[in-house]
Amino acid sequence: MDNAGVLEVSTPVLSHAATTDPQLHSFKVEAGGQICYLHTSPEFPMKRLLAAHQQDIYQLAPVFRDAERGHKHNPEFTMLEWYRVGMDHHQLMDSMEILLHDVFAGFDMPWYKPERRHYSNLVGSVIGCDMPLLTTAKIKQHFVSSSRSFPSGDISFDAALDLFIDTFVLPTFAQDRFTFITDYPASQAALARTAIDDQGYAVASRFELYFGSLEIANGYHELIDANVLEQRIKSDMQIRKNNALEAVTVDTHLIQAHQAGLPECAGVAVGVDRLLMLLTEARSIDEVVAFSFERA
Amino acid sequence: MASFSTNEFKGGLKIMLDGDPHSIVENEFVKPGKGQAFSRTKVRNLKTGRVVERTFKSGESVEAADVMDTEMQYLYNDGEHWHFMNPTTFEQLAADKTALGDAHLWLQEEAICEVTLFNGQPLAVSPPNFVELVIKETDPGLRGDTATGGNKPAHMETGAVVKVPLFIEEGEKIKIDTRSGEYVSRVK
Repeated sequence: MDNAGVLEVSTPVLSHAATTDPQLHSFKVEAGGQICYLHTSPEFPMKRLLAAHQQDIYQLAPVFRDAERGHKHNPEFTMLEWYRVGMDHHQLMDSMEILLHDVFAGFDMPWYKPERRHYSNLVGSVIGCDMPLLTTAKIKQHFVSSSRSFPSGDISFDAALDLFIDTFVLPTFAQDRFTFITDYPASQAALARTAIDDQGYAVASRFELYFGSLEIANGYHELIDANVLEQRIKSDMQIRKNNALEAVTVDTHLIQAHQAGLPECAGVAVGVDRLLMLLTEARSIDEVVAFSFERA
Repeated sequence: MASFSTNEFKGGLKIMLDGDPHSIVENEFVKPGKGQAFSRTKVRNLKTGRVVERTFKSGESVEAADVMDTEMQYLYNDGEHWHFMNPTTFEQLAADKTALGDAHLWLQEEAICEVTLFNGQPLAVSPPNFVELVIKETDPGLRGDTATGGNKPAHMETGAVVKVPLFIEEGEKIKIDTRSGEYVSRVK
């Protein structure tokens, strides 16, 4: 990061506001009689710094996500998050390759240049159906005909896609190297901007990095439009309401930062524990933390 | 009715699925950083023994199965049922052929077995991990032949057939691992 001129920053872990993302569950903390939240990533305050200083920044921080526990998940984990001003997500992927190559060299690990796979091509080729024609019912049918279990009840299209990727797509990746999945469906944009791809479909300018089938990082060509941000927050809050999820306090500072002017930038968050898992060939996240959640 | 949420899932938990009691064998938490969470489990049907995959949406609730493992003493077989007694309460229960499965091949009177009860009725019986049985019938032994590593079938007093080393004789008592059905050693 020093070599690339990226400045280290430190932002609060405890905040008066939380992410509205319906898939993320913030820990609630009572502080001086007020409800506060532990951050699920340092994204919001880092974006406030970006708006104020228009400069490349990074941070290594503990982050907290409730209801996430398994051999690849611990409710507290370590995140390396950084933002590069003036870059788009493709340039950010280029710079990540340089960084990861250096890390691998340090560990004497064999390096293969990561492949970049377009989300819809990947899904379409595995299921044998073009993405725009795909439905939850078709995905379910694929599970049934492959003798794999598909959950009962109301499953959204995006949730069905998530399970499809995990069950059928990730196992096809070479297990000894990195793969980027790029251009997610626009409905999964989160805080990435959206674009029209060369086939004319709306996609999120977003990527995820996998090593084998282990998710390592998640990056965006960042959304900077304050109005679109407010719409997405509203839509998140509606989904939270419909699903009887906690109505969290919205981060008005983040909206103000976007209104003041976020620079054109790309940002990415790396799960440091996951990176350690792959470097040490650990089978469980418990092997790379001093004390896992049950013993914390 | 008691129920479990997916975040309480762990190996050994007993749940009701499709009207049958199941035991969770494996539970994997699946969640992309920015996506929906699932629990992908492998569950064993406690009636049939079959293991299948079942995936649940995170947060879903599943009915608990009233299944309990309890240690009971085997008493006798009346030709149709195998009778067991709880050594603490002296309560007696009869298990049928389906519940016994292969366990009857290893049962000696007074053996302490693990009986799985579903709604109070025997669902499955696990014999002790190791039993000592007398050989009722086997081909004549090859005295001194302890090196060739060959084996031969031996019929036990309970009806089981176990592969034993060539030097073992009729009437000898041997120790057997009931989980694999394999010979362990001679019992002096």
